[in-house]
Amino acid sequence: MPAESLAITWRRMPERYRMEGTCCSTCSTCYFPPRKICPKCRRKGKIESRRYSGHGKVYSFTCVTAPPEGFELEVPYVLAIVQLEEGPKITAQIVESHDCDVEIGDSVEMVFRKIKEDGEEGLIHYGFKFRKV
Amino acid sequence: MRKVAIVGVGMSKFGEEWNRGFRDLIIEAGVRALEDANISGADLDGLFCGTMAPGNLVGQEHTAALIADFMGLNPIPATRVEAACASGGLALRTGYMAIASGMHDAVVVGGVEKMTDVSGGLVSEALGGAGDQEWELFQGATFPAIYAMMARRHMMEFGTTEEQMAAVAVKNHLNASKNKYAHFQNEITIDQVMKSKMVASPLKVFDCSPVSDGAAAVVLVPLENAKKYSKDPIEIVASAQASDTLALHDRQSLTSIHATQEATRKLFSLANMTTKDIDVVEVHDCFTIAEIMALEDIGFFKKGEGGGATAEGRTALNAEISVNTSGGLKGCGHPVGATGVKQAVEIAWQLRGVAGARQVKDAEIGMTHNVGGSGATCVMHILKRV
Repeated sequence: MPAESLAITWRRMPERYRMEGTCCSTCSTCYFPPRKICPKCRRKGKIESRRYSGHGKVYSFTCVTAPPEGFELEVPYVLAIVQLEEGPKITAQIVESHDCDVEIGDSVEMVFRKIKEDGEEGLIHYGFKFRKV
Repeated sequence: MRKVAIVGVGMSKFGEEWNRGFRDLIIEAGVRALEDANISGADLDGLFCGTMAPGNLVGQEHTAALIADFMGLNPIPATRVEAACASGGLALRTGYMAIASGMHDAVVVGGVEKMTDVSGGLVSEALGGAGDQEWELFQGATFPAIYAMMARRHMMEFGTTEEQMAAVAVKNHLNASKNKYAHFQNEITIDQVMKSKMVASPLKVFDCSPVSDGAAAVVLVPLENAKKYSKDPIEIVASAQASDTLALHDRQSLTSIHATQEATRKLFSLANMTTKDIDVVEVHDCFTIAEIMALEDIGFFKKGEGGGATAEGRTALNAEISVNTSGGLKGCGHPVGATGVKQAVEIAWQLRGVAGARQVKDAEIGMTHNVGGSGATCVMHILKRV
C-alpha cells in the first residue's frame, strides 16, 4: 500500500515512533495525528509540536476476527479508539489482551511495537500500540 | 435555479455477476434508464458517473470517458465523481446541479462498481481507502471494525442490543426477497444472524453488507420538460451534502454521524418538510448499526431508540416509516459506487407505484441517504411524485 512506502515510514517517524502531535496555542486544542491547520482557528491558529504522554483510556473497541492483509497472525486482536489524556482520540491496537478482555474506560499506556511487515524481505513497520495498566 | 426531474431509471441485477464486467454492468443500467425515459443519446448533453475504486478493483481509471465511449455517446462531456460509498449519491447531486444551473438540459447519471474480479483481501484494501490509510488502516482497522466501534459505543450509551441490530438485517433481507434485482433473495432469521461468524465484535457476517457487482442509472431533465419524456416524472425536490472528519477517532461522538445530521437539516430546510412528510426512505445500511444511527440522525426516532423501533417492526414495509424497501445495502447488495443511484431508482419506482410486492401504499414523497466511509461524506435527496 502507498501508505506504507519507505518514504512515508521515514516521514512519519516522529508520530509513529515518539507519538509527536500538535497543539494549537490559540485555542489550546491538541491534535494527534498532527495537523498543519487548526480546524477551529484555521489561519488564526498557532500550531506547535507536542510529544504525548502515551496515557489514555479506551473509548471504544472491537475484537477483530476477520483481519486485513498483513494482520493474519495477530487474530484475534483488539482494535480500539483510545482517548489520550491530552484530549485527542486515536485508533490503535491493545496488546496483551488475551481473549479480548478489554472494557470501555480501561486505562492504557502506549507501547512501541511492530505493526506489520511487507513479506519476508520487505519493510518492517513499527509504531504505537497500547496495553492495559 | 431550475427544478429538476428524473424521467428514466434503470439498474442491473446486483450480486456476484461473474459473467459481466465493469462496462457491461453500467451499460445495462444506462440503456435501461435511457429506454425508460424514451430519450435518444443525441438528446443527452452530459454524463456523470459515480464509482469508488475501479483503479483498485478492475485496474481501470478514466472511467467516465470509457462509459461514454462504450455507450456510444462520444463526444458527450463525461465526468467521474468519487466520494467512497457516497460516489453514486454525489454523482446524482452533480447531475442535479448541472440541470438546475442551466448548464445542461439532459444528463444521464450512473453509479457502478465491479467488485468480484479481485480477491476479498484486495476488496477490503480498496474499501479501506474510504478511511484514513495512515492512521486507521495502518493500525489494523477494517470497515467492519470501524463500524463495530460505533456499535459498541451505541450499545453502552443507549442499551442497543445485538438482537436489535440483527432485526435490521432480517427486515432488509425480507424486503430484498421481494426485489428481483437484489443480491440476496432469501429471508433470514434473528437466530441465523446471531449465530453467523463474528467479523469484528459485536458485528457478525450478517450485520455486514455484501461485496457486490452492479450498476444503476437515472436520466435527469428540467422539470418543465419532463412530461416530454415520461408520463410519471419524479421531481428532485431537494439535494443536500455535508462532510466530516475522515477518521472516526476525530469525531466528538461515535454514536451519531454528524454529516447526516447536517445534510438532513439543510435538506428539510430546502424542501420545507419534516420527517412526517416522508413515506419511504432508503438509508445507508452498510452495517446494521448504520441503519439504526441513520434513523436517529435523520430524526425518524429519538437518539437511542432506532434499534428498539426496528425490533418492534416500526420500520418494516408499510409500517410507521418504510425503510430500505429495496433490501438496502444489506439485502439488495452494495456495489459501492452504484448504491447512491440505486437508492434513487428504488424511490422512483416506489413513487410511481410500480414496486410490486414491496410497494409502499400511496407513496408520494421519498428520501435517499448515502454515506461515504464512516461518515466523512453524506449526500441526501428528497424525491416527489409530480
